[in-house]
Amino acid sequence: MTLWLIILRSLRQHALSTMVTALSTALAGGLLMSVWVVKHQTHGTFTGMTGGWDAVLGARGAKLQLVLNAIFHLEASPGNLPWADYQEIARNPAVALAVPIAVGDNYLGYRLVGVTTNLFSDSEYAPGKKFRVEAGGRIFDDGFREAVVGSFVAQQLRLKVGSEFHPFHGLNFDEKAQHDETYVVVGILEPSNTPADRVLWIPLAGLQNMSGHLAEAATDVSAVLVRLRSPIAGQQLDMLYNKQGNRLTWAWPIGQVMAQLFDKIGWFDQVLALVAYLVALVAAGSILASIYNSMNSRRRDIAILRALGARRRTVFSVIVLEAVAIAALGMMVAFVLYFGILSGVASVIRARTGVVLNPFQPDPVFLWAPLLLIGLSALAGVVPAIKAYQTNVASALAPES
Amino acid sequence: MPLLEIANLTKQFRAPDGSNHEVVRVESFSLEPTTQVALRGPSGTGKTTFLHLIAGILAPDSGRIVLDGTDLTMLSEAGRDRLRAESIGYIFQTFNLLQGFTCLENVLLGMSFGPGADRHRAEELLRHVGLGERLHHYPRQLSTGQQQRVAVARALANRPKLVLADEPTGNLDAASGASALKLIRDGCAENKAALLLVSHDPVVLGGFDRVQDLAAINRPLR
Repeated sequence: MTLWLIILRSLRQHALSTMVTALSTALAGGLLMSVWVVKHQTHGTFTGMTGGWDAVLGARGAKLQLVLNAIFHLEASPGNLPWADYQEIARNPAVALAVPIAVGDNYLGYRLVGVTTNLFSDSEYAPGKKFRVEAGGRIFDDGFREAVVGSFVAQQLRLKVGSEFHPFHGLNFDEKAQHDETYVVVGILEPSNTPADRVLWIPLAGLQNMSGHLAEAATDVSAVLVRLRSPIAGQQLDMLYNKQGNRLTWAWPIGQVMAQLFDKIGWFDQVLALVAYLVALVAAGSILASIYNSMNSRRRDIAILRALGARRRTVFSVIVLEAVAIAALGMMVAFVLYFGILSGVASVIRARTGVVLNPFQPDPVFLWAPLLLIGLSALAGVVPAIKAYQTNVASALAPES
Repeated sequence: MPLLEIANLTKQFRAPDGSNHEVVRVESFSLEPTTQVALRGPSGTGKTTFLHLIAGILAPDSGRIVLDGTDLTMLSEAGRDRLRAESIGYIFQTFNLLQGFTCLENVLLGMSFGPGADRHRAEELLRHVGLGERLHHYPRQLSTGQQQRVAVARALANRPKLVLADEPTGNLDAASGASALKLIRDGCAENKAALLLVSHDPVVLGGFDRVQDLAAINRPLR
């Protein structure tokens, strides 16, 4: 109790430097936790976000581009594949479900994806979870210019059942490229926290036959989403399409393909982590400098404590614990900072990909980052603590007579 | 049996020019329990060093200091710290209160290094020295006389066997000095503590039955 009273009073006496050093620790802790959680959750979410599919079949090209385009609705399509290829994979006995998709249009920057209705009736975007339409809506009819809108798009564009819109050509919004067709929204999807939330879904034939699209490509599809009966089949189809064939690409397994993306941008994580570690070191350094600089003015107080009977190790502990207390204060603010940073990052990632990060999801970093920073700060406190330990009581108390 | 026995005590310091400078050489000195002794000593006679040696703040170069049967010179520094916290009260000329702590906290802190903080006793002592209304005031909010009274309460808080007072009225006006001195002497008497006070003020020294010249006790080699 005595130690903490001394520490609290000291922190109060040096309130400004306490606040500045605690804030620098908060910045380091907040950054460290944010970088770590964003890295972990994006890796986990993107490699685990398969939309319930095992593989994607598409035109010859990069697997990563194919998966980004078909599953995450990012990137351009590597090309089209004929309807016959869809029929062939759909008939394959190893395939449990195959859903063709077509892309190429947008509405105010949000992608239109042409799809067959079995996406909604037969597929599960996560175990036991099917896409569901909010009350008052329904799935589109294949033969009509109707749309089912992802929850995020509906929210952003204020679309509701009965809203009408004209699609625009291309994956990027260009106001001069408006199609003549008018689509009516017949359903809003309940939030799935998947990339499907930021897509406007229309009948496959509607997208294939949109005015201005090439007539010869009217039966082509951009990709086929595939769910297999058994994982072994993925290997066989890999051999068939990727090694023996040279016309199509079989992107399987999706998680592994996505992992390539993180391999490519792994250096960026490392740079961010390095910055966070450097900030942590600077924070520890600022604690050291701030306490060390205050030691001259505290020399007399330390001598008084010693004259009252405090041992050298007591004053040593006071200084180290003061550094720990500053770091602990900083870490409390760090969690607030972390939630702020992660909420911002999460909203950007959600807007760009539909993937939702959860700032409240437990992560080991919430334990080791505070321990690391508090440990570093305790180490930083050792230097001024040694100075306190060595205080010459007699000379600090009064001049020699 | 004396409370304090000192024999062949020496202490020297290294001067800036590298030579050794002896400050204390006391062949013999003793103090009986509960007695009150004043040492007359002007500046430069080694009085603070002498008191620091008795308090265990400084270690002597040679000699013995036996307090209540315990030879301080045989104790480690931590042992001397413990003995000081438990058995010695120290009143300084400049009060040496911790400025960031209230009156009550200053007294409680002094207790916490000894037998343990006793809030009731701390409050009682502060009331006794006339600061019952200022328990939660900080030293800067008190007059110098009041600050010295806090220091007196702190020195008596652990029921010491010996109180050392180094020019306790040196920074006070005559009225405050007299009041502080009375508190110190009465407090020591009530708490059955011996008092060893050093001063060069004739008014202060005049009130003591036993006054010794420090120069007669302390004869450092020059």
